[in-house]
Amino acid sequence: MAPAQKEAHPRPRRNVELLLLVLALTIGIGAQVLVGLNLEDTIDERYYIEGGAQAALALAFHVVLRLRAKYADPFILPIVVTLNGLGIAMIHRLDFTSQYEGVADRQLLWTGLSMAAAMLLLVLLKDHRKLRQLTYISLAASVVLLFLPIVPGVGQDIQGAQVWISIGGMSFQPGELAKITLAIFFAGFLANNRDLILLAGKRIGPMTFPRLQDLGPLFLAWLIAMGVLIVQNDLGNALMFFGLFVAVIYVATSRISWIMIGGVLVAAGGLLAYQFVWHARNRFDIWLNAFDQEIYEQLYGSHQLVQGLFGLAHGGLTGTGLGSGSPQIVALANSDMIIVAFGEELGFIGLSAMLVLYLILFSRYMRAGLGTRDHFGKLLAVGLAVVLVLQVFVVVGGITRVIPMSGLVSPFLAAGGSALLANWLIVAIVLLISHAARRPIVVGPMLNTTGAGASGTEDPLRGRDTAEQLAVRDENTAEHAAVESPPGGEQR
Amino acid sequence: MNNAIRHTWVVSVAMFLSLFVALSLTQVVFTDSLNSDPRNSRQLIADAGAPRGPITVDGTVIAESVPSDTTQYDYQRIYHEPELYSHITGYFSVVTPGPNQSGIEYALNEYLSGQSDAQFFDRISALFTGDTLMGAQVELTLDPELQRLAYDLIPNDERGTIILTDLRTGEIKVMMSKPSYDTNELAVHSTSQFHETLERLEEVEGLHLNYNVATNNPIFPGSVFKLVTGLAMLESGDYEPDTELENPSELELPLTESTLPNFADGGCHQRQEAELNWIFAQSCNTPFAAAAMDLGEDAILEAAEAYGWNEALRIPIYVQPSRFPEVADDAELARSAIGQGSVTATPLQMNMVASAIGNGGTLMQPQMVDTIRGSDLQLLSNPEPQVLNEVMDRSTADALTEMMVATVEEGTGWRADSGRFQVAAKTGTAQRGDGDNTVNSWITGFAPADDPQYAVTVVYEGIEMSRGNELTGSQMLTMLEAVIEE
Repeated sequence: MAPAQKEAHPRPRRNVELLLLVLALTIGIGAQVLVGLNLEDTIDERYYIEGGAQAALALAFHVVLRLRAKYADPFILPIVVTLNGLGIAMIHRLDFTSQYEGVADRQLLWTGLSMAAAMLLLVLLKDHRKLRQLTYISLAASVVLLFLPIVPGVGQDIQGAQVWISIGGMSFQPGELAKITLAIFFAGFLANNRDLILLAGKRIGPMTFPRLQDLGPLFLAWLIAMGVLIVQNDLGNALMFFGLFVAVIYVATSRISWIMIGGVLVAAGGLLAYQFVWHARNRFDIWLNAFDQEIYEQLYGSHQLVQGLFGLAHGGLTGTGLGSGSPQIVALANSDMIIVAFGEELGFIGLSAMLVLYLILFSRYMRAGLGTRDHFGKLLAVGLAVVLVLQVFVVVGGITRVIPMSGLVSPFLAAGGSALLANWLIVAIVLLISHAARRPIVVGPMLNTTGAGASGTEDPLRGRDTAEQLAVRDENTAEHAAVESPPGGEQR
Repeated sequence: MNNAIRHTWVVSVAMFLSLFVALSLTQVVFTDSLNSDPRNSRQLIADAGAPRGPITVDGTVIAESVPSDTTQYDYQRIYHEPELYSHITGYFSVVTPGPNQSGIEYALNEYLSGQSDAQFFDRISALFTGDTLMGAQVELTLDPELQRLAYDLIPNDERGTIILTDLRTGEIKVMMSKPSYDTNELAVHSTSQFHETLERLEEVEGLHLNYNVATNNPIFPGSVFKLVTGLAMLESGDYEPDTELENPSELELPLTESTLPNFADGGCHQRQEAELNWIFAQSCNTPFAAAAMDLGEDAILEAAEAYGWNEALRIPIYVQPSRFPEVADDAELARSAIGQGSVTATPLQMNMVASAIGNGGTLMQPQMVDTIRGSDLQLLSNPEPQVLNEVMDRSTADALTEMMVATVEEGTGWRADSGRFQVAAKTGTAQRGDGDNTVNSWITGFAPADDPQYAVTVVYEGIEMSRGNELTGSQMLTMLEAVIEE
């Protein structure tokens, strides 16, 4: 191949990924070893085995990507491996306290299972567009997953929220998987009905409002969210599901009016919840009057939140260093409140760096949505990205009193198998979408189009002239260059 | 559609920014108020691991913090010769966390931890230089050699206390109590080890970890309280050392069936009538009980409170008030006048009585801190000798001294008689009323009688009577001969 053409081809950039992956593993495993050193543990074969397992899993994932999705985004996997590794290290560190034992091993096991599941999904699915066929099955699956915990005999009530099911002694949060199925349903439904919703509508002033009958799905989403909130006492997931739907419908239609209607519904839902759901009102009271002695002392009071703030403050700018803080003082330090543990021991600087990692990861998810050619893929990527961003926002915002606290866990960091599995599956799906976005040619049995038309009716990058998009456009032209040449051909 | 994606991205980034703002508020801006919240136990852990200033006696370190890298706590508190000073220092535990309340560690916690107002600039400079804040150094007034002597004197199987003070200044030179313990065993970082030791030490009879026996354990004083009744008698003007008094071997107590006897094996039965001086020296009970009933409760109470009864002190460790409570009737007053009934005294309180008499009636505030110096050796505190109370005039003090000298030369205090100088003292043997025939055996006094310098109090709680008599007088003499130069 001539050099000029080689440059024109989008590069798979798998080597970049490998390099970053080595860095990610160094950080994750290094953190674990640091914990061991700081807490006077002997660095024996357990550390080697666990570190080796993490490295092997990450490299296996890398190889799967090389084989099955070689144009996938090269930043996603290293970031996720870093966060996951840091999470295991912190859980390991908390295992040294008297409250926890053996959680890190379980987390590593779940990481292995989740990554294996994600790899399997990558290999079996091959193309994210297949998921579009599952639109309505996903809806049914979501409803089942969400309401399984309240089925008598299966469900469990832990910490005032009914989100757990128990099967054969193992606890699982099916609602975590509902994040994926709901995102698939919303993306599929809106990709199918987007034109209808777009064309119909009433103009009032500068804004176009949807017809009443088109509002149906929005109300359905709202009802699901309220159901989750009221039946399961799960404020965090309710917020996330509704936020997910509003974001996806906004992206599908580009109409601000949806966000306004969504905002009104959130306000109404919040008001109703405050009036009628003790759990929600309690969260509000805690949020507004965290330091009130009475609220601090009451059952399900602000004790956890306040102790979390103390932990963050104790960490200060630079943190106490891994193993030198007292994160175990905060309840649920290795799951819901693991952010506090990081804030205390790595400080504002360390925690900010981790938030930046989340921000980059989120941006890469969005980038996959920007780049892919099909509406379904765009909406799905955006949906999954919003799921990520809302989880982080709800968790960190809850801990820092930006919003009322609710029981979501930080993706990839917190101890808990269900969330880990769901988030890794999301990674697999987004990697497939990004692979579809960046691969040079789209020829497959899934689409009726072939050749140049495969890039879709809408060129996603036409007419964007900002500095940010320049690089994107370069890629785009390269894409077209590649599309013009038949597969395997060398002439231009 | 892509525009909408970008808008979504912008909104999300804005949400992230709000998180950064909130985090920086919590972790950088408002850390001080969060860290100082009383509900925040992390500060306690940080304090527990912070270096504390050393405690020294005569320049020798008896307590210091050394770097420790085995636990989450940065420093380990260690004690030298802990058995000698356990009741003085108390111990600093990271488990509880903080200093236990018995000693200097607690009383001067602010100085030792560097948090006192006087160390404000040290804290500021530590903040800017990043150096570890060092606590202040506390030099005690104790004399290590005399403290060692007292430690060796008290038998290990007895509950004894020896106090020696410079009565001219109030400085405490010796304050030794047994049983003692190894403070290092409780300054450990391991919670389980701490609790194991605590359990074991709590089994030891007479060992109190939470307070200093010499200052916080008021017990029946017995006849040493006659120094108080004696003061009330002399102050009334009705009595002089040579006033003849009736000395019946038993006194019927009004409104009761019981009587108050003189000790059968003492010298009191020799004379049915004697002058106060002789009665005092022989420690006869009945004349004092009769005099107290004549003088009334208020006179005795006034004398007791002049010496310091019913009032707490900080020297700077806490001194529990010795009690002279309201008495119900004359019978109780009679018993109280001879140190039984409802009156109690701490060893230090009794030593203050002897000190006041020896110092011509002027009671100096007891003090165990010599200097407090900052980490740069700058003087932070230098307690000057302070008058606590003018208890009596000099002539009364001289009269009491005369009677105390008689006690040593021809009375119950003969074991404290020194060939080198005149000793003034008063003995006491208090019934404990718990049926096991043990007593509180006391002696308190000072020397030289013609130029008083040091006051000594020796007390054994719950000891067999003859053993107590043997130990107290001779040990007082040993202490006095050791401290008063030839």
